[in-house]
Amino acid sequence: MSEKINLLVLQKILPNDDILSQCIHCGMCLATCPTYELTKLERSSPRGRIRLINALAKSEIELTDTFVYEMNFCLDCQACETACPAGVKYGSMVEAAREVISESEYGASFSNKFKKFLLRNILASQPKLKFVSKLLFIYQSFGIKKFLHSIGFFKLLSPKLGEVDKLSPEVSKTFSSNIFQERIKPKGEIKYKIAFLTGCLMDVMFAEINKDTVDVLTLCNCEVINPKNQVCCGSLHAHNGDIETAIKLAKKNVDEFGKFDYDFLVSNSAGCGAFMKEYGHVLQNDFNYSEKAKLFSEKVKDITEFLSDILPEITFHNVEGSFTYHDACHLAHTQKVTNQPRKVLNSIPGIELNNLEESTWCCGSAGIYNIVHYDDSMKMLERKMENIRKTNSSTVLTGNPGCISQIKYGAKKFNVNVEVFHPVTIIKRALLNSNKK
Amino acid sequence: MDNAAKEKIKAIVGNKNFTDSQEDRICYSYDGTAVLHHLPEAIVFPETDEQISKIMKLANEAPFNVVPRGAGTGLSGGSIPVENSLVVVMTRWNRILEIDTKNLTVTVEPGVTTANLQSEVEKYGLFYPPDPGSLTVCTIGGNVANNSGGLRGLKYGVTKNYVLGTELILPNGDLLKTGGKNVKDVAGYNLKDFIVGSEGTIGIITKILLKLIPLPTESITLLAYFDKLTDSAQAVSDIISAHIVPCMMEFLDNTTINCVEDYTHIGLPKNSEAILLIEVDGKGSAVQEDAETVKNIMKKNRASFIRVAASISEANILKTARRSAFSALARKRPTTILEDATVPRSELPAMIEKVTEAARKFDVTFGDFGHAGDGNLHPTCLTDERDKNELDRAHKAFDFIFNEAIKLGGTITGEHGTGLAKKHFLEMVAGIPGVEMMKKIKSAIDENNILNPGKIFTISPKCEGSLPFKREQIKDFHL
Ligand SMILES: Cc1cc2nc3c(=O)[nH]c(=O)nc-3n(C[C@H](O)[C@H](O)[C@H](O)COP(=O)(O)OP(=O)(O)OC[C@H]3O[C@@H](n4cnc5c(N)ncnc54)[C@H](O)[C@@H]3O)c2cc1C
Ligand code: SF4
Ligand code: SF4
Repeated sequence: MSEKINLLVLQKILPNDDILSQCIHCGMCLATCPTYELTKLERSSPRGRIRLINALAKSEIELTDTFVYEMNFCLDCQACETACPAGVKYGSMVEAAREVISESEYGASFSNKFKKFLLRNILASQPKLKFVSKLLFIYQSFGIKKFLHSIGFFKLLSPKLGEVDKLSPEVSKTFSSNIFQERIKPKGEIKYKIAFLTGCLMDVMFAEINKDTVDVLTLCNCEVINPKNQVCCGSLHAHNGDIETAIKLAKKNVDEFGKFDYDFLVSNSAGCGAFMKEYGHVLQNDFNYSEKAKLFSEKVKDITEFLSDILPEITFHNVEGSFTYHDACHLAHTQKVTNQPRKVLNSIPGIELNNLEESTWCCGSAGIYNIVHYDDSMKMLERKMENIRKTNSSTVLTGNPGCISQIKYGAKKFNVNVEVFHPVTIIKRALLNSNKK
Repeated sequence: MDNAAKEKIKAIVGNKNFTDSQEDRICYSYDGTAVLHHLPEAIVFPETDEQISKIMKLANEAPFNVVPRGAGTGLSGGSIPVENSLVVVMTRWNRILEIDTKNLTVTVEPGVTTANLQSEVEKYGLFYPPDPGSLTVCTIGGNVANNSGGLRGLKYGVTKNYVLGTELILPNGDLLKTGGKNVKDVAGYNLKDFIVGSEGTIGIITKILLKLIPLPTESITLLAYFDKLTDSAQAVSDIISAHIVPCMMEFLDNTTINCVEDYTHIGLPKNSEAILLIEVDGKGSAVQEDAETVKNIMKKNRASFIRVAASISEANILKTARRSAFSALARKRPTTILEDATVPRSELPAMIEKVTEAARKFDVTFGDFGHAGDGNLHPTCLTDERDKNELDRAHKAFDFIFNEAIKLGGTITGEHGTGLAKKHFLEMVAGIPGVEMMKKIKSAIDENNILNPGKIFTISPKCEGSLPFKREQIKDFHL
């Protein structure tokens, strides 16, 4: 068993020893790691995890409960990658370790199987996701949820499940991909051709944000191209050790978007954008796809990144209010996009953008982390909400769907009086006002 | 360590504060030092003085060795486990106990991180200057045990200049209190200063009293670019002889500049042979005047460009970049062996030459950076521990550098401590009587040699006749 796994590690994870040897165990990453901050245990730190992955690869340890726990306890927030001066690619190591776990007997555990089923069968297929979401929508809007809550159904199941249910975002009334045409033209002359990823969760849970994004783009004289057959970007799969499905999805998107001619591919979800920028890397050894994927990735931009580039061409109107900005991990740490959203927001007259302390510290949402590690996630959320409270802002802006629902939940749970929006929603307001004028 | 001993340890600290899992043993087998590591038998996270005291007593009986550990950022192997050892981790002792704004002191537990301490006292307009490059992670306990320096050492000194008192548990389990809030105190031997820099071999520190000073109100930070290495070294000497004391004067050579720029992307000059990061601080117009003088000296020494930080945040970005230097060098090669040779400041240009010579002679690559104003450079060898031949050449190059440093009147370590990494060279600096006195003191305090044995020097009770003093002899005796 152990031999097989280690072979697996060596083949899949460590095509060469260099990635693992690069960490000089200086410890500079410890201060930025939310899980180390919670436990103060070396094994819940990036440095410790790297050492453990190294030990597994060199057969010094077997795949154990502790190992599996620590790999899953990690938020994959990649704050340690930002902090590491040596340029250690921690994210790819932990994702590889998760792949080994999911292919071992540990992967056969119920919760892992359920996760896999969810990821493979629901998220990866847009029609199925829409179907399940419709059920969810009916359940949410027809008071069944209320009824089940009132009889304490969720509490009965598990004390935490009830909370988890509140954490899952409300499903949108309509799915954005159902309203959008494949090509949406701006009113005036076309300046840029922008491909748009509707995203799986964004599409069914945050359709309004998708609509705002498309509106912002068209108001900025962009033609929006929305390939009908695009699929989920695959990031959730990759982060949870299902590289195989992730690769399938990546290829499909490269093909589907490849049918169109566009300047940039814009994403409004930090996680999706981050992973699509990685396609080139993920598919680098695929003879048929390596070139295409590289080109695909080079054109990917977060919406705020794109707007910041064309800022001189935009006129904003007054939007009053005190705002603060939370950096989504996959925007700040993975894509290194931190200045652009602030630059765009600061150029809107009337906006007061308050500095958020520890703005790049993970809110605990982290994909499905808040469901699987509810208690730890809440500790991180509490810290985030305290920092938000200190800003005295009435609105929090953040560029990732997971963060939006997590912070909304936190506002209720920890009694912080704030609204939570995606930056595009506010940007749209600023644009519309100016257009009226 | 047998199971009976482990059971007794568990009984002392409680099951939740004890671990001997293979995973944890691996995770506490190293610190920030290259190449060296060793598995401990077990790890504890004690909660009280009493628990530590009981562990010490048990260690003498069982017996086993005790290795104190802070954040494990040390660069001389001070917290790397030795044979048959129990690691005592102090990071959870992270409370600030008192900020005394009348006496300008702060009392802390040893696990508080240096950066955290600084930001807390700054809220009261007070200042704790020592700032090791690792300040966001390393602990005050580790700083005191290693007498750590930092970027601001030139003007403000190092950790020892701020320690007013400590409480520690001695190897026999007794609690020792040293120092106090008195500005002046000459009662008996100066034990307080002896504890500073004892590298976890004399006692486990559980409480620390530190001196604070008023926070300087103004500072100007600037970066000078040089096309020639020797010009930068001369500029440093000129500033010192002009009787200006900047609070920091940091040097980075071309290799380091390139690695740091690749990490930070803040527009450092990748073609310059060297840069100097200089900060002057204080009150009122004097700061501006000093900055002007510094600029003139830079120009006189052919600085190709002088960049003045326009804001505090830009100054912080520059300083953070400098702090990343050591780790950033790992971008080039996977093993970075950093040394800490220090010379009198007037000898800095000569020392920089010697490092270049060592690289040539032994065919290895160095990145060089450090606290130029203190004469404390960190020549870092960029190598790969998987290549034994190259590693061997690297060690020879360091032998050469240490010898040259001592010839220039310098020392083998300015601030990282002797630990495991440099104990073979101690005699070169301290002399035989010096090392012998250290060993006698250690043996008197730690009769059975259970507390961090084999660090700084080796005491070998099994040795017949005279103790080994020669470097070659000591090598054969190390743990
Ligand atoms: C990137 C980087 C930059 C650095 N820059 C600097 C610098 O500019 N200046 C500098 O001086 N150093 C520097 N260092 C070295 C290191 O950070 C310091 O030596 C620091 O003080 C170590 O603190 P620590 O908490 O990590 O201690 P550890 O490494 O855990 O331990 C260090 C020593 O202290 C002992 N010890 C720890 N806690 C206690 C305690 N409570 N009681 C008794 N003994 C104890 C240990 O046994 C060991 O001997 C740097 C290190 C890195 C990785
Ligand atoms: S990951 Fe980077 S910052 Fe963390 S210990 Fe390793 S080299 Fe240092
Ligand atoms: S990804 Fe986040 S949680 Fe995981 S080790 Fe890095 S900093 Fe810690």
